Amino acid sequence: MIRKSVCMVGLFAIVMIATLLLSAASPGSSAQSPQPASAEVKVDNFSFGPTTLTVAVGTTVTWTNRDDIPHTVVSTDKVFKSKVLDTDEKFSFTFSKAGTYPYFCSIHPKMTGSVVVQ
Amino acid sequence: MAKRNKDEILHDHNNDGVDRRGFLKCMAWAGTGALCVMEGGILKSYSLSRLGEIGAREMAGELSFVQISDSHMGFNKPANPDVAGTLKSAVEKINGLSKPPEFMLHTGDISHLSKPEEFDTVDQILKSASAKDVFFVPGEHDVLNDDGKSYLERYNKNAKGAGWYSFDKKGVHFMGLVNVMNLKAGGLGTLGHEQLEWIEDDVQHLKHSTPIVVFAHIPLWSVYPEWGWGTEDSAQALAYLKKFGSVTVLNGHIHQIMQKVEGNVAFHTAASTAFPQPQPGKADSPGPMKVPAEQLKNVLGITDVNYVQGRNALAVVDSTLA
Repeated sequence: MIRKSVCMVGLFAIVMIATLLLSAASPGSSAQSPQPASAEVKVDNFSFGPTTLTVAVGTTVTWTNRDDIPHTVVSTDKVFKSKVLDTDEKFSFTFSKAGTYPYFCSIHPKMTGSVVVQ
Repeated sequence: MAKRNKDEILHDHNNDGVDRRGFLKCMAWAGTGALCVMEGGILKSYSLSRLGEIGAREMAGELSFVQISDSHMGFNKPANPDVAGTLKSAVEKINGLSKPPEFMLHTGDISHLSKPEEFDTVDQILKSASAKDVFFVPGEHDVLNDDGKSYLERYNKNAKGAGWYSFDKKGVHFMGLVNVMNLKAGGLGTLGHEQLEWIEDDVQHLKHSTPIVVFAHIPLWSVYPEWGWGTEDSAQALAYLKKFGSVTVLNGHIHQIMQKVEGNVAFHTAASTAFPQPQPGKADSPGPMKVPAEQLKNVLGITDVNYVQGRNALAVVDSTLA
């Protein structure tokens, strides 16, 4: 049991180091301010915040519904589509290609946003 | 009584009613309701406090039915933690009408998350209503997961397209429309080309004197496009109904009572049986409005509609659940 725990800790450390190295590597290559490998969009008050989110290639964006009403996150160009997100439910998508990805809530289509991947 | 300037918005819930042609808009807010009699494009509106007096006379007509809307079964947030309880209150209200309605219309958002158990609960509660037949149209909350397939399977196996259909009752032609499917980014409710063609065809052979009742979830008039409260292509649908002397449009979606008459068309939105939403533009978003628990039933309600044959009139009565 003890040996297994140690093993787990070791594994965890390796993962941590790898993650640190990866996140250190990406800003170095683009020579810009550090970009997190993950980003958040809040779905609140029938709007996406920020409305336009700019991220680096490879970033995982997570939307969290903070409203009392369900919403969806649906790419206008059919690149990604969440299931229905009830209060506090999340949806994540990893952007592996540069480009602009407009999206909307298919239940309340007046709610629109976009992710710019550089 | 408000001044009779053209295109002026009126708020009239006094017992003298509103009786002019043209643009009219009246709203019933917490603790109030309206009895509306439509006659050849003229809407008369009365205070709910005179319901007993006026209702008895008007309800002696040929056909009366009730509209309920936006039950949102499954919703459990502070705006109303007991939507089953308030739907039951709506049914009690219906069962308390002096004359049992012939049937009910449910203008959508039956469920909150399109879950089978949510639909089951609504079906179970509605079974105890004096009116046995219920005609449904879907709200966007009823078609969340499978493009509305399970909704159609449950409520409208024989309907056309995404669930639109028509039927006749005592000389009145009813059309249930679907404007919650295939919504486009940045857009409003949509009927779509196929349904518009069907509407044109469906009314083609009707006499112009036939009263038409159209019911759909999202308002077929532009209530507040900034919040998506309108339907992109409703003007086309209404153009097909221009030849008719009496057209009544019943909608839900906005969880509050609003009325408007434009030419031959009387528009009406029903209150929700679940939770109220803010007046257009009066809040940051159209999310559920929290009111003190003791006031909740004042802002929820049912709509009773009464058709008097030969008078070309529909009486629309809104009652709160209080």
